[in-house]
Amino acid sequence: MEILLIFIIGLLYASGIYMMLRRSLVKLIIGLVLLGHGVNMLIFLVGRIVKGNPPIIHDSVKILTDIYADPIPQALILTAIVISFGLQSFAIILIKKTYTVVKTDDLDELNPTGEEL
Amino acid sequence: MTNPYIVLPVIFQLFTAILLLFFWSHKNIQKAISITFSLVSLSIALWLFSLTWSQGIQTIQAGGWKAPFGITFVADVFSAIMVLLTSVCGFAVSIYAIGSLRNVLVKFGFFPILHFLLMGLNGAFLTGDIFNLYVWFEVIIIASFVLITLGGEKIQIEGAVKYVTMNLLASVIFLTSIAILYGLTGSLNMADLSLKVAELENKKLVNITAVLFFIGFGIKSAIFPLYFWLPASYHAPPPAVSAIFAGLLTKVGIYAMLRVFTLIFIPDEFMRELISWVAVFTILSGGLGALIKNNLREVFNYLIICHIGFMLAGLSLFTEIALTGAVFYLIHDILVKTNIYMIGGLIFKIEGTYNMKQLGGFYKSYPKLSLLMAIPLFSLIGLPPLSGFWAKIFLIESGFDVKHYELIGAILLGSFITLITIAKIWSEVFWKEMEELPARINMRYFHELRPIKQYTLVFPIIFLALISLFIGFGAEYVIRVSQHIAGELINSSYYIEAVLGPNTIQSP
Repeated sequence: MEILLIFIIGLLYASGIYMMLRRSLVKLIIGLVLLGHGVNMLIFLVGRIVKGNPPIIHDSVKILTDIYADPIPQALILTAIVISFGLQSFAIILIKKTYTVVKTDDLDELNPTGEEL
Repeated sequence: MTNPYIVLPVIFQLFTAILLLFFWSHKNIQKAISITFSLVSLSIALWLFSLTWSQGIQTIQAGGWKAPFGITFVADVFSAIMVLLTSVCGFAVSIYAIGSLRNVLVKFGFFPILHFLLMGLNGAFLTGDIFNLYVWFEVIIIASFVLITLGGEKIQIEGAVKYVTMNLLASVIFLTSIAILYGLTGSLNMADLSLKVAELENKKLVNITAVLFFIGFGIKSAIFPLYFWLPASYHAPPPAVSAIFAGLLTKVGIYAMLRVFTLIFIPDEFMRELISWVAVFTILSGGLGALIKNNLREVFNYLIICHIGFMLAGLSLFTEIALTGAVFYLIHDILVKTNIYMIGGLIFKIEGTYNMKQLGGFYKSYPKLSLLMAIPLFSLIGLPPLSGFWAKIFLIESGFDVKHYELIGAILLGSFITLITIAKIWSEVFWKEMEELPARINMRYFHELRPIKQYTLVFPIIFLALISLFIGFGAEYVIRVSQHIAGELINSSYYIEAVLGPNTIQSP
């Protein structure tokens, strides 16, 4: 399972960065989304994947001695998903606005820095 | 010491922002609330500063969960002074916004978003949890995204695309490094991480994580190879917005670097070498960029980058004196950078252009204003009695101690380039004869404004210039504060014991 996840994470990062390097604005956003997913999977992976062991302390013992699932990565991922959801929806509105104002989808067409003002 | 009231700066800004939302369509009520509540939050910040100064580090564990498990908020003197500076800049900008912003931008909700931004900044300065720091960073950037696109002009949208992309990328890198750090240590509390990272065997992965943190914060604070988004976007939004961005947003990155690299990752030889060369190139590239630009605001953009390098230099030297210099420079830079962007906006409001080739004769027509503007402009160079000078003395002194001559050279050269740039601004904008410009139709010039609005444009500049003068002439006090902060940063045991409780550090 870990090996599979490692490859998926690598693939998500690589494709995310590749998409960001393309010239299209829409692909830029897709790249950001893919990178965001890659990070979430990474947090999931580094929290150690444990099957069938809840993080609950039994009545009879004081501390967890057995292998247990760490709940924190899930909480972190949930927070990260919510945040990236908000940011990505903003980014999508932004590219729509960019398209209506600048009338292009090509990043190279954007003015580098406007001297005239 | 536990004190639940240290989150007050955060909660108060949230309260203000929500209150402002209720008065969405009442522009005048919004302005009044924003100024009054900024003043109140300024006094809260002053209280917090005096509390941490007199009683040491204050903490609160959210929900009563003990330190490594719950989210911790920590107010040491460094956090408190950053919160204080945020409140000072927030107060100045909320006044400045009244005169400089077009009414339609107030209608789009400038003031609530400004206070959300200030809330995010206060949160980032006060948190003691690395993931919570990430969350506050996101609060800051989402508010800044709205502010930078407010109004939706072509130049703003073009700048915003670059700004949004780079900031989202920085967040992804920051989150990646948090994930690896969590995988290594199983903790998110910064004080706890400090102890656990020191015990780790796998030094290589620790170094890689440190470099990832450096890149993540580096994009946000515009260091050498990662700064290109800043000159492409900071000149785009209205002056009130750029002022708060220039003063505080890049400095949050520097604050986070100073915090993380003194507490969690103590920089080893390689990290120091890396940071010092990045600092050298940041100073040089920012300075050279400032030299070739003719648009007033774009010159300021590059000066931000140039002076970020000074603070990085202080971090890379990593002695108590160098950190004193870096912290002093940070305090000085936040106020002065906010002020010069407001000055740029005021010049635009008076003359109708940012182009230095077209501007001129300002000293002749507005002698008093020119002298006022001279204070922040010259303290930017570090002219002796003014505020930038003292910080550079500390940096150069510790550069000689550690024998990092490349940094001393870069700092001196950077100051020299700043001097040339400011001299150029002074001769082009203030001394040269003015040519007649065609009047802009869709803009209300300074002299057409009502006197009360004219005061709201000039008062914040006077306010910040006075504080700059105080930092320059009362340097003794600021140096004492900076030395205290540098001492706390170098001896992280104070911070750790304040969070985790006394006697948590076992002697090796």
